Amino acid sequence: MTVVSTSPDKENLTLTVVGEFNAPADRVWDIWQDPRKLEQWWGPPTWPATFTEFDFSEGGEAKYHMTGPEGEKAGGYWRFQVIEANRRIRFLDGFADQDGNPDEAMPAMVMEMTLDEGAGKTTMTTVTTFNSLEDLEQVLEMGMEEGIREAMGQIDALL
Amino acid sequence: MGKVSLGEQSISGLARQYEVSFAAIQKHVSVLEKASLVTKRVDGRQKLVQNNPETLRRATELLAEYERIWTHRINAIGRILETESQADDRKRAEERTPE
Repeated sequence: MTVVSTSPDKENLTLTVVGEFNAPADRVWDIWQDPRKLEQWWGPPTWPATFTEFDFSEGGEAKYHMTGPEGEKAGGYWRFQVIEANRRIRFLDGFADQDGNPDEAMPAMVMEMTLDEGAGKTTMTTVTTFNSLEDLEQVLEMGMEEGIREAMGQIDALL
Repeated sequence: MGKVSLGEQSISGLARQYEVSFAAIQKHVSVLEKASLVTKRVDGRQKLVQNNPETLRRATELLAEYERIWTHRINAIGRILETESQADDRKRAEERTPE
């Protein structure tokens, strides 16, 4: 099992997920800093993500969209706040409008990812913080919810 | 703030219980109130606060759904890294056996 633990906190509206991989930290870092690798895991199987811009620097932005089974698109952006190579990333993950520009009126969540390497393994901790229950609701509603339910059904069927 | 789940409590009571100032509790309560996690009412000179079970239930549901997204992501990352490490092993094996 690569997922070590998931800890939802309903009062603070955060989700902490810890995963452990048989790989050095720089390899795990690569799956975050290389948009071609990100595309292989960020979106669910039926909603693959495509990163169209990727300025991986503090204050820089990434733009992406996820494409649903009917060809529908859900756009998003990341705004990198902290980048410490092979160690930590903090960014805002928000929605983008039709043109792929950040939609500031829509909710954004804060994502924090930390890597700890030891004994040939790397522990990856991600903490997502939502501003409000409405934000969380909207994030799951926006194009994602149905696709994810469907995708999760497929995975559950495989396991 | 776990104690709020037990029922209605006064803000001054919570301040005593957690050994923090009335202002600190009030500030925390107003954050929770804004998130619809608690409701507040005034009873005489007391301010009473109670959790909102419907909101907490919804928060639990939504977080569980988001949790599934992340479980999927972590497993996908695991598969990518596994494939890469197998490719590394093959490359090393090839380097050891010259033509």
